[in-house]
Amino acid sequence: MRYLLGLLLIALFVLAWQGVASLESVDDLTLASPVETFEALRDDWALLRDNALVTLVEVVLGLALATLIGVGFALAMHLVRPLRDAAYPLLVGSQAIPVVVLAPIFVLAFDYGIGPKLAIVALICFFPITVNLLDGLRSVEPELLKLMRSLGSSRLRTLRSVEFPSALPFLFSGLKVAATVSVIGAVFGEWAGADEGLGRLVLLGNNQLQTPRVYAGIVLLTLMAVALFALVALGERVACPWNRKEQQA
Amino acid sequence: MQTEVEAPVTEPLSFRNVTRRYPRVTALEGIDLAVRQDELMVVVGPSGCGKSTLLELVAGLQEPDTGSVTLLGATDPAARRAASAYMPQRDLLLPWRDALANAALALECQGVPRAEARRRAEPLFERFGLAEFESARPAELSGGMRQRVAFLRTLLPGRPVLLLDEPFGGLDSLTRSSMQRWLADALADEPRTVLLVTHDVEEAAFLADRIAVLSPRPGRVVAEIPVELPRPRDVTSPEFGQLKRSVLEALGL
Repeated sequence: MRYLLGLLLIALFVLAWQGVASLESVDDLTLASPVETFEALRDDWALLRDNALVTLVEVVLGLALATLIGVGFALAMHLVRPLRDAAYPLLVGSQAIPVVVLAPIFVLAFDYGIGPKLAIVALICFFPITVNLLDGLRSVEPELLKLMRSLGSSRLRTLRSVEFPSALPFLFSGLKVAATVSVIGAVFGEWAGADEGLGRLVLLGNNQLQTPRVYAGIVLLTLMAVALFALVALGERVACPWNRKEQQA
Repeated sequence: MQTEVEAPVTEPLSFRNVTRRYPRVTALEGIDLAVRQDELMVVVGPSGCGKSTLLELVAGLQEPDTGSVTLLGATDPAARRAASAYMPQRDLLLPWRDALANAALALECQGVPRAEARRRAEPLFERFGLAEFESARPAELSGGMRQRVAFLRTLLPGRPVLLLDEPFGGLDSLTRSSMQRWLADALADEPRTVLLVTHDVEEAAFLADRIAVLSPRPGRVVAEIPVELPRPRDVTSPEFGQLKRSVLEALGL
């Protein structure tokens, strides 16, 4: 039923899209209809697929990098209080940087390859991971920490046995946000300078007035983000089964 | 004070003129109390009279502002922590660990490897009526079972003095009375030095070798009542009723 409603809304959306695109007053160069988009997907499939794979690699590697950095930052900031106080403003500030402006500079600095794309994806994605995990680590009940202290637990043991597992659902919340924005990061990265990738293909299609291909690219980028989100959600169910059980009880 | 006699060795736990103040309130004032070897001392008092503070002082989680808490001859908090087993009000089981791993956590905290800790916790599950629930997650256990797992976790490190903070407070009344009987039996089999705090007069009368009554905040010991009733105690006997009455009187009720 849950899925059915979701599918129904998507179907309605596609219908509305088709309706608007069919209007006389709407320029075909502005809006490709779902049918035209589907035709582009079918006819240009090899091209779209190859470029999508390039973008997917950027996104996945960037996310992995962001997770490493985010988890590392959160653990360090949690364990060392002065570090948390000192680094928090910087952390927030890092998200105020307009990535669109930064991307060309990254391309200058890291060259044309995959480097700047990873850097941009990681820059966007590490923030929700760090902040959520940090909140999770701090959300452990004081009573539980008291119990661990009375049991003679070391700082690292408490982190490993209590704080980190408690924070896992928070980490996954951060990863979900990161997964959805990661694709946007990769597109920005490709716009700043790339010779392959879905983001570049969309930009090129735009310049060459291949509107259906642009929309086909957007659909694929969206699907990529949704799939990554679903993958993270699945990972959460596998890694934190107790979280679901408690909610049911 | 030269004339003061050293506390006899038969008193593993003693408070001497202990006061504990928080920024806004004084929790405990001038507490003098001693628990004898293998004695079950129950501290009864109204809510907010500093009962939990009393236990946390023994457990080395807090320090008195004046006076001293001596546990097995030691007054420094690290030694008190190592000599006492503290069981908080709520079971605080970790939802991602099964029952056996939750109990074994106490040993892991002392550096026992995980598998070895599980192996050592296992025989106790049978004795605690938890056989076949070793691999159950806390969410799958009843309140009484969760409390027994928490109690097992408290016992496992083998520390000489048990500190129980309203161990049955969160249970329904039927489960509570069966758990009280269970604890009385367990301690009859294997006597331990226990300091238990509660606001339940019936519980105190049922379990205690001696009852200390605390006043409302700031908590002071207003009465110490020895309990001579034979075990298992008959809660319907007139002597039991008399005991409860004298505790209630000391509470000013």
